[in-house]
Amino acid sequence: MNSPESPIPHSAPRTPRWLRRYPGIYLALWKNSVAREMGFKSNFLLWIVVEVLWFGLQLSFISVLYLHTDTIGTWTKWEVVLLIGASHFIQQIYQAFFLINCTNLSELVRTGKLDFLLLLPVNTRFIVSLRQVDLGGFVNATLAVGVMIYALIQLHLTVTLLQIIGFLMLCLSGILIHYSLMFLLASISFWTVRAQGIVWGYYNLFNIARMPDDAFRGVFKAVFTFAIPMLLVSNVPARVLTDKLRSPGQILLLLAMCAFCMVISELGWRQSLKHYTSASS
Amino acid sequence: MKKYWHVINIGIQNNLAYRVNFLFRIVFGFIPLLATIYLWRAIYSGKPSGTDVAAYSLAQMTSYYLLVTIVDVLTAVSEDDWQIAADIKDGNISQFLLKPIDYLTYRLCLYFSSRLIYLAVAAVPLGLFLFFLRHYFIWPADPAAFGCFLASVVMTGLLQFFTSYAMAMLAFWVLEVSTFIFILFAFEYLASGHLFPLDILPHAMEKVLYYTPFPYQMYFPVSIYMGRTTGNAMIQGLFVQAAWVVLSYFIARFAWSRGIKKYSAVGG
Repeated sequence: MNSPESPIPHSAPRTPRWLRRYPGIYLALWKNSVAREMGFKSNFLLWIVVEVLWFGLQLSFISVLYLHTDTIGTWTKWEVVLLIGASHFIQQIYQAFFLINCTNLSELVRTGKLDFLLLLPVNTRFIVSLRQVDLGGFVNATLAVGVMIYALIQLHLTVTLLQIIGFLMLCLSGILIHYSLMFLLASISFWTVRAQGIVWGYYNLFNIARMPDDAFRGVFKAVFTFAIPMLLVSNVPARVLTDKLRSPGQILLLLAMCAFCMVISELGWRQSLKHYTSASS
Repeated sequence: MKKYWHVINIGIQNNLAYRVNFLFRIVFGFIPLLATIYLWRAIYSGKPSGTDVAAYSLAQMTSYYLLVTIVDVLTAVSEDDWQIAADIKDGNISQFLLKPIDYLTYRLCLYFSSRLIYLAVAAVPLGLFLFFLRHYFIWPADPAAFGCFLASVVMTGLLQFFTSYAMAMLAFWVLEVSTFIFILFAFEYLASGHLFPLDILPHAMEKVLYYTPFPYQMYFPVSIYMGRTTGNAMIQGLFVQAAWVVLSYFIARFAWSRGIKKYSAVGG
């Protein structure tokens, strides 16, 4: 069976060989993805247009809301714009690295193509999670950064280097939370073939991630903070950038939830792999 | 006529296979809906109690989103456009050219049956959801308005279907139609009132939107139900909506006939 620790032969030198091997493999996967995208250039550009439109849609929704109010909880208009930007940034980077791979998993199981990946002498989760790169995600993430900078200017805020580093680290945790949870959902496809609907259902959760946490209370807030931490993934980084952090506890909570999701996701994946029976045999 | 009853029957059975998918879709769909309602509550709670936002009370605003969800269950095109595009791409439509079946009517029957099953699956979770929010749900002002609402919903369904059908016809010319479908969907989502009632927009913008078919794909029937469009404006609106339905029907027919010419040239 494959194990998450990469196979290191006994004869390997002291510097772990996987440290050189895996970046090499990943580079090859990147080259493949670039070649694939460039094969359908107009389609590649159109998908960027689609994402830009949906991003604009979210921003216009918020500007319409703020025609009729000055604050939502403690959040002012440009703070929410920054929040939506942060959420879009996280979502797009996540999408660039992981989304296609997560949605493809059920297809790999259904067709039995997972056999070939299991046989490769690399960690299976690595190859399944990172096989394709969606380059459009990086273009859209850049746009999100632009919107965030514009919002910061409107807020007359200057951010310190420490804030930016903190922001990026927290975004990384947010991305890992999205990835862990969606990969866990995708693992359900080992049990039922029609898991693609479930995976797309997760998409609805992105809608919550971009909403100001102040708006929520009660059970809803508890569930989406402590069970599915959607209200943390982009709210905490946005609060760091805008000096709105209530206590450092929020940062710790996000990091803890991230670690928790990753562990659960790995356990779920291992359990699911045991359940795998090839489709073709 | 009888053969189309068979189509509906087959469509119902096919769609029953997707019932779990439908259930997931509707339940997951409640999450953003609930989030939006919470967002509005936070806005109302930041104001002195009893204050209206753009002439909507909190109950009216909540009802608006619930009605949008109901109309969406009744009329949304779920998979039809992808399936039509796939039929064209994979050459499945060849068989319809040989049989005495009209493809558009065939698809309309399938659309109808999928809505029927979707409604049946959605009824329980939607009913529970409405029950929890019953204090915020407003009943229609008078039976006449409710009748007009129903008529308008039927036209909304037809308009949604014909537009999607016409969009799917792009598959005759381009390899990948999903981007085009998503681009149109983005405009529809914003301009038809999925995200917010259109009359909270600045008046000029709302007026401009009324020159497009988008408000008639969602906002218009809901505004009739809520008594925000009444009298002459309502009658006039119903006629405009009917005109959009007829126009979209002809565009759908026209796109098909042009596409078929291209199709036979390639596939022949």
